[in-house]
Amino acid sequence: MSANEAYISGVGQSEIGTRLTRSPLLLTLDAVREALDEAGLTIGQIDGVSTYPGRIPAYLGFSPVGADELIDALGIRATWYAGGGEISSQLGAVVAAAAAVRAGQARHVICFRTVYEAAALARPDEYPRPQRDRVDGSSQWFAPFNAISAVTWTAQYAMLHVKRYGLKREQLAQIALTARAHSALNPRALVREPLTMDEYMSARMISSPLCLYDCDRFTDASTVVIVSAGDALDEVKCTPIRIAAMAGTVERHSWDQADELACYPTGADLWKRTDYKPADVDTAQLYDGFSFQALAWIEALGFCELGEGGRFIEGGKRIALDGELPLNTFGGQIGAGRLHGFGFAHEAVVQLRGKGGARQIPGDPRVAVSTSGGGPLATALLLARD
Amino acid sequence: MAATRTLPKLDADNRAFWTGGAEGQLRLMRCQDCKTFIHPPRPVCRKCLSENVKPEAVAGTGVVYSYTINYQKWSPTMEVPFVIARVAIDGAPGVLLTTNIVDCPVDSVDIGDKVRVKFLQQDDVFIPLFEKIN
Repeated sequence: MSANEAYISGVGQSEIGTRLTRSPLLLTLDAVREALDEAGLTIGQIDGVSTYPGRIPAYLGFSPVGADELIDALGIRATWYAGGGEISSQLGAVVAAAAAVRAGQARHVICFRTVYEAAALARPDEYPRPQRDRVDGSSQWFAPFNAISAVTWTAQYAMLHVKRYGLKREQLAQIALTARAHSALNPRALVREPLTMDEYMSARMISSPLCLYDCDRFTDASTVVIVSAGDALDEVKCTPIRIAAMAGTVERHSWDQADELACYPTGADLWKRTDYKPADVDTAQLYDGFSFQALAWIEALGFCELGEGGRFIEGGKRIALDGELPLNTFGGQIGAGRLHGFGFAHEAVVQLRGKGGARQIPGDPRVAVSTSGGGPLATALLLARD
Repeated sequence: MAATRTLPKLDADNRAFWTGGAEGQLRLMRCQDCKTFIHPPRPVCRKCLSENVKPEAVAGTGVVYSYTINYQKWSPTMEVPFVIARVAIDGAPGVLLTTNIVDCPVDSVDIGDKVRVKFLQQDDVFIPLFEKIN
């Protein structure tokens, strides 16, 4: 163990559901308790909190719990904390925590993401969606054209792949089919039934070329990752997982002015910060808010060349549990539910510790990559069990 | 398409873009020193940091850079399907406007199609939509 490096100790997760009545704060507590139990830590040993995107009062379904509330509610004495949306996507909160523990600002940091989007849809009086008369900021460039959802922005990047590189729906389908094959093996996953190619091909279009099954589903859940300092590992009872490299690069912070998604420069920068190579990766947990984002991450991380992603995943064998690059082994957001980024780091740790149960990948996995984000948002974490 | 669209809040930076249609002009912010077009419009050039910027009218034609056919009704009054596209604006290298391609069958749009601006006025805003040039 290296004193000046950052590690993931405990990970935890609440139940994953829709229209839950347990409050978002208590779901967060469930995830915190599980993570503390795994790490053998008490809440009194936690001295940092990091989250994305912080509490959003105008849109509580999207983010109902922030760092401020969690610190006070759980009686945490925090020597460092942060919560906000203007970072390199969801797992940017883990990057910030890792930087903080390496800088000696904290020893054990609770990183969390709590979502309550399904409950909010069911109980709009309690959790209203934002009402806007007129829009400003980046929204003004999309809302007047009814380009309201990120699916319509992501679909246009997918369409470029269709036209430039010949990406086929039958190829892209493997992201969703694989996710659903894996979520069927995850007792906590939101969707437990496998998906067939026929069901995928006949699904209704949402925003071409993306259909219903290319999209994740609103979920109520909380996920926690505890980041611990290298010199605090004597307090931790679980196998520590080293954060071997991290990246979050953006070249054009815009959903429509950029030629490519930010995952491409982020993936390239990740490998500049480590001696590991893509071939060393035993499993990839890649953001799939929309299926195409996971395909883009496969290319961006160098598992294949730009434009080859469709052919790389064709047939699905390569990304299955026993394939060369097991993908989204918990079901991703498409199968397990829209945990919004944190599910990918959680699962990478589960797999590296051999605790995947029915979905555990074979062999002795030692290196995993997990990512979050789409469009101009991208974070990549390379995790290693030394 | 929905009968009414969500409109932008007008301010000093974006007013020329959203009201140029009153004179039939598509106006983009441009650096007067290095000639880079700046979109979204801001009071500083992202290439050379000059503050010597002002809106300029461009030809109002372009090419479909990418597109999607949206089938999902995002609100009860929305009429679907419709085409959302990013249009590369002629004479303004690097500028891609998210817009709708209108007045044609949704399945007739493709990457590379030549298009021309067609403004839709709603209240004090002139929304730049695009139609195909045959």
